[in-house]
Amino acid sequence: MRPFEAAATSPGDPWLNIAIFGAFVAITMIIVFRASRNNKTASDYYAAGRSFTGGQNGAAIAGDYLSAASFLGIVGAIAVTGYDGFLYSIGFLVAWLVALLLVAELLRNTGRFTMADVLSFRLKQKPVRIAAATTTLVVCFFYLLAQMAGAGGLVSLLLGIGDKVGQGVVITVVGGLMILYVLIGGMKGTTWVQIIKAGLLIAGAAVMTVWVLAINGFSFSTLLDNAVATAGNPAILDPGLKYGVSEIAKLDFLSLGLALVLGTAALPHVLMRFYTVPSAKEARKSVVWAIWLIGIFYVFTLVLGYGAAALIGPEAIAAAPGGANSAAPLLAFELGGPILLGLIAAIAFATILAVVAGLTITAAASFAHDIYASVVKKGRPEAGAEVKVARRTVVVIGIIAIIGGIGANGQNVAFLVALAFAVAASANLPTIVYSLFWKRFTTRGALWSMYGGLASAIILIALSPVVSGTPTSMIPGADFDIVPLSNPGIISIPLAFFLGWLGTVLDKSTEDPAKQSEMEVRSLTGVGAEKAVQH
Amino acid sequence: MGNEALSAETTTPLDVDYRAVQQSPEFQTLRRTHRSFVFPVLGACLAWYLAYVLLASYAHDFMSTPVFGSINMAMLLGLAQVVTTFAVTTWYVHFANRRLDPLATEIREEIEADAAAASVTAGVTR
Repeated sequence: MRPFEAAATSPGDPWLNIAIFGAFVAITMIIVFRASRNNKTASDYYAAGRSFTGGQNGAAIAGDYLSAASFLGIVGAIAVTGYDGFLYSIGFLVAWLVALLLVAELLRNTGRFTMADVLSFRLKQKPVRIAAATTTLVVCFFYLLAQMAGAGGLVSLLLGIGDKVGQGVVITVVGGLMILYVLIGGMKGTTWVQIIKAGLLIAGAAVMTVWVLAINGFSFSTLLDNAVATAGNPAILDPGLKYGVSEIAKLDFLSLGLALVLGTAALPHVLMRFYTVPSAKEARKSVVWAIWLIGIFYVFTLVLGYGAAALIGPEAIAAAPGGANSAAPLLAFELGGPILLGLIAAIAFATILAVVAGLTITAAASFAHDIYASVVKKGRPEAGAEVKVARRTVVVIGIIAIIGGIGANGQNVAFLVALAFAVAASANLPTIVYSLFWKRFTTRGALWSMYGGLASAIILIALSPVVSGTPTSMIPGADFDIVPLSNPGIISIPLAFFLGWLGTVLDKSTEDPAKQSEMEVRSLTGVGAEKAVQH
Repeated sequence: MGNEALSAETTTPLDVDYRAVQQSPEFQTLRRTHRSFVFPVLGACLAWYLAYVLLASYAHDFMSTPVFGSINMAMLLGLAQVVTTFAVTTWYVHFANRRLDPLATEIREEIEADAAAASVTAGVTR
């Protein structure tokens, strides 16, 4: 066993970790500067001039999607709670079929920059845009919080900074860098950071996976045996260690599974990526690339999770600074010493940086395009004003992310991200599906579904054990956990679908049928879809 | 390059009778072909996923059955989810390239040709 006992001392060399991360920042900064020279219009800033290929965008989607939750959170969850951690991977992956089959191409054909473009296409612009922008901002905020919570845990583990002030300084530096990337690079810069990060992350995970398997004679079965031996608990191979303890826990597991599989196709920052390619066919190719990269990566995490359980042991991981989130870095140290730890740590930081950048540009685009340009300026902003507002929003959101990150506690990041998925699936998915596929759907249905889904998901979370009532809650002292489920999906998602239906059938007014015809024809044929910007 | 970039921000909408296109047999075929693939396939995938989640939740004994060495049913079914996801992805791309894209391209080109012809007859002043 390695000396992790002293809390908040790094097992590696903090200066080495900083140097490797610094090199990553320097290289990506140069690329971002070079890529951003053509950032002139809103199309450039939000959608990278729609000039990325399907393969490039697929890698960027993987880079955007394989967040700290996937890497640190899932490896940690498998290492500590065994098989139940793997459910996250499966849900996160199968979810892409919803995006591929129902959403990606149709969305690319009908929208310009944001999710609200599609949702408000044939409904009343103003109320629907405001609602869609609200849900976008809330989902991005939840997701941001999860990423920054991961950053906090990493800092304490990697840099040996135990005190809150020191960690706060590091989170501020990471947040400041992110603001710089997004401010200068826009979507183009963000995309390149994500592509580079996806390459590094998947390569790093591949190396560690082969290494772990090599130690175990290239037998997955032997690896599982060793994991059981170190953990001293054969139950880590079976489902139910975390979610099998009671009937409520089983229901919670179902709720989580539902949120994971239905959340992806409703995540605003994922949807926005489909606008960075020139056509629906390229959007389809991006999803295919993303599915392969993400699927292979999740198979790696299964090996890495059990590898961490076998080589370090669940108890040592849970006791390390950063808790379960530190399983992957600790495994890297166990395998390759300080150098591999430094590399994996830099990749993990890069992961957080890239995902936070993607979230920030999505939130900024939503505010500037949907609220400022479309609602406040009624679709006619002065030349250049929209991008200016977007840039200012980036700074504001960056500061909120930094404050949230400093305040966020040591919850498992995969779990926090699952809440973001639940909110997205409840607030956005019903309206996306209805407006693409249900002719009769009306503005009232959209508003009821979006606000109803959003409010029910958030109220259920607020009244759940996540927020109060247990020692691991956000407010451990208080006790108002009326709802026993820690993931709201199983209630709020069906409710939002129901409200969308109910609001529509009770609505006596109908929407403009010509708009419905236009949307349907455009979504399937690509007539009048936004073209790539020629530079 | 600057002008093109600016013009891209305000694309002039095509003057198209979308209702007529929507009613056309060609478009109805495209719509039917699309829906009759994506709805059942996605439904089946979600049902398969739900079955997996329910098994993991309520059939612990079955999921714990060792199959190869220490590799149990739960591992195999989890990996099977990954495999089916890859397979459905490949299947859909194949289907879309072969069946959807030709139909969509035909309708799109027809609309664009009609719109171009209409703008010529209406004169350049439009």
